Amino acid sequence: MLEIKNLWVRAGDETILKGINLKVNPGEVHSIMGPNGSGKSTLAQVLAGREDFEVMDGQVLYQGEDLLDLAPEDRAREGIFLAFQYPVEIPGVSNTYFLRAALNAIRKHRGEEEVDAIAFLQMVREKMKLLKIDESLISRPVNEGFSGGEKKRNEIFHMAVLEPKLAIMDETDSGLDIDALKVVADGINSLRGPERSIIVVTHYQRLLNFIVPDFVHVLYDGRIVKSGDKNLAHELEEKGYGWIEKEIAAEQPVA
Amino acid sequence: MLEAVKEETTDFLALFSNRSQPSPQEPLWLQKMRRDGIRTFQEIGFPSTRDEAWKYTDISPIAQTEWNIPQAADARLTEEGLARIQFSNLSAARWTFVNGVFMERLSSRGALPEAVRVSTLAQAQKECPELLERHLARYASREEPVFHALNLAFLQDAALIHVPPGLIVEEPIQLIFCNVPGGRPHMTSPRVLIVAEENSQVSVLETHLTTGSGVYFTNTVTEVFAGDNSVVDHYKVQRESDEAFHMGTVHLHQQRNANVRTNTVSLSGAIIRNETNTILDGEGGWGELNGLFLISKDHHVDNFTRLEHRKPHCDSREVYKGVLEDQAKGIFRGRIVVAKGAQKTDSKQTNNNLLLSNEALIHTKPQLEIYADDVKCTHGATIGQLDRDALFYLRARGIDEKAARSILIYAFASEMVNKVRIDALRKELDDYLFEWLPRGELVREAV
Repeated sequence: MLEIKNLWVRAGDETILKGINLKVNPGEVHSIMGPNGSGKSTLAQVLAGREDFEVMDGQVLYQGEDLLDLAPEDRAREGIFLAFQYPVEIPGVSNTYFLRAALNAIRKHRGEEEVDAIAFLQMVREKMKLLKIDESLISRPVNEGFSGGEKKRNEIFHMAVLEPKLAIMDETDSGLDIDALKVVADGINSLRGPERSIIVVTHYQRLLNFIVPDFVHVLYDGRIVKSGDKNLAHELEEKGYGWIEKEIAAEQPVA
Repeated sequence: MLEAVKEETTDFLALFSNRSQPSPQEPLWLQKMRRDGIRTFQEIGFPSTRDEAWKYTDISPIAQTEWNIPQAADARLTEEGLARIQFSNLSAARWTFVNGVFMERLSSRGALPEAVRVSTLAQAQKECPELLERHLARYASREEPVFHALNLAFLQDAALIHVPPGLIVEEPIQLIFCNVPGGRPHMTSPRVLIVAEENSQVSVLETHLTTGSGVYFTNTVTEVFAGDNSVVDHYKVQRESDEAFHMGTVHLHQQRNANVRTNTVSLSGAIIRNETNTILDGEGGWGELNGLFLISKDHHVDNFTRLEHRKPHCDSREVYKGVLEDQAKGIFRGRIVVAKGAQKTDSKQTNNNLLLSNEALIHTKPQLEIYADDVKCTHGATIGQLDRDALFYLRARGIDEKAARSILIYAFASEMVNKVRIDALRKELDDYLFEWLPRGELVREAV
């Protein structure tokens, strides 16, 4: 599904990602954990096509094709979905109509028929029920005046409607109360399937109590310094990121 | 320079003396008003960019053009021809002025109650001369008097709207000022006078339109008198030709507890100046000034607003939004004056601008003058480009870049469109936006 080879990325003069290697197969759930400033969000945004970052070196293959040449909208149409850490408020644009335009852009790209307003509304209602998301989100403008929790739920709602092949969750769990966290986790779990891959970027282990990842990677200073299974997340929770720092310091050759 | 200015004035003076004389029945006070107008104009002359109030708007093309005053409405304009022009059919109650002259054939009362008077200048002189004399040119401010003086001198036709006490007029009244350019450059001097007596309610919509491209000059003045506890909604939509000049002044005089909203929408024109002057002259008033300018090419729109709180306990809200692309130039001057006794004033002013090209330009200048000590006044102005985060958000959902930009421009402008309370106008403004935006059809689906 996704293969990242020696990815180096910078923003301005600052090098943020320093040789990331990661392989995600269909059906797998990977969790990327790490302290603040380690490059987690940059990685998520680079995969979605954010142009503020410059790829210095490396390659990203998505379904065997070069991903980095594609515009953000083309990546979305090819099935990549980024749940934003900070979803953007867009006053004056209806959450539902906008989402239908997005879905139809994707369907058109795939050569499928566009969904009309009535069929779409029906589908939206079903998804909302399934995700236990309040129907008032339908009629409001995109994220406008939404609480933090509502914004994150709305991201899950968008994801459920767009049905991506590769979903990247950028700290979707941050700042949520336990009810909202469960909605987010249920939403992600309901998408799990043999054809779909999910990358969960998170700072905290808490979400992983609800979404059991197949692999856990620790990102530190722009590199994946440790990979393991779900137990690695528990270990991190117990020992904190300081433990990783110390281990890395110990590995550094003495000058 | 002085010589040049003088020469320009001379051309207008000659135009004044050579114009066909107004009807000999014209009352003496109106004749005097015209003479005073031309005298004032002669004394002050045209402003130059050295005048602070005209710093960014160079009107020399107006001063230097040889204007012609149309003597009759252009008879070629048919009902069908008018209907083809956007914003021409927003109410069944409409009065149409072609090249500044009333055209009965294209006008109708719709379902307006009998008690509402709508008269042209000639009709008003016959039917209600006292009403006309009592209100005409009584509210216009003297802050920037040149074009007002010129309007009085050349005043050709007018719409007088009078709503008697207690009457609620549900149907909006549309005044269409349609230009048929193509011959010699023409100048029109129309005027609107709205008198809403106490406890009445009325909604008036001015649309300044054109049948095609060509040079003309609209020099228009609107006066609104809002009596005690009246509600007046005033709209002005400008869709002039690319070569047209529009100098417009709107004066709003509000009595106690009057609730007045004025909305100015500028869509095209070579040089447009919108002076808006609100006076809250009674306690408990609500004054709202809304403006949207959505311009491209080398269009120029100067919004020169002034809002004066004269009495205590009045609220005012002013929001102007500009969207500028290509080499378009916009100006916003928002002056708020709170007089000494106007305690408990609550005033808020906002001007947000979106620049869509590197050559587009905006000057924004909020000005507060507060002489009372127990007031709440805020103002803020922003100038920016489309939000990068928002663009990325939309694109990451599968919306292409052009469409994403269009959606965000729509979102920005729609706040002003949504303030419009006349359904037909709101719908046409939306349609206009969908046509104007590069991926309008998708935006129509997506919002």
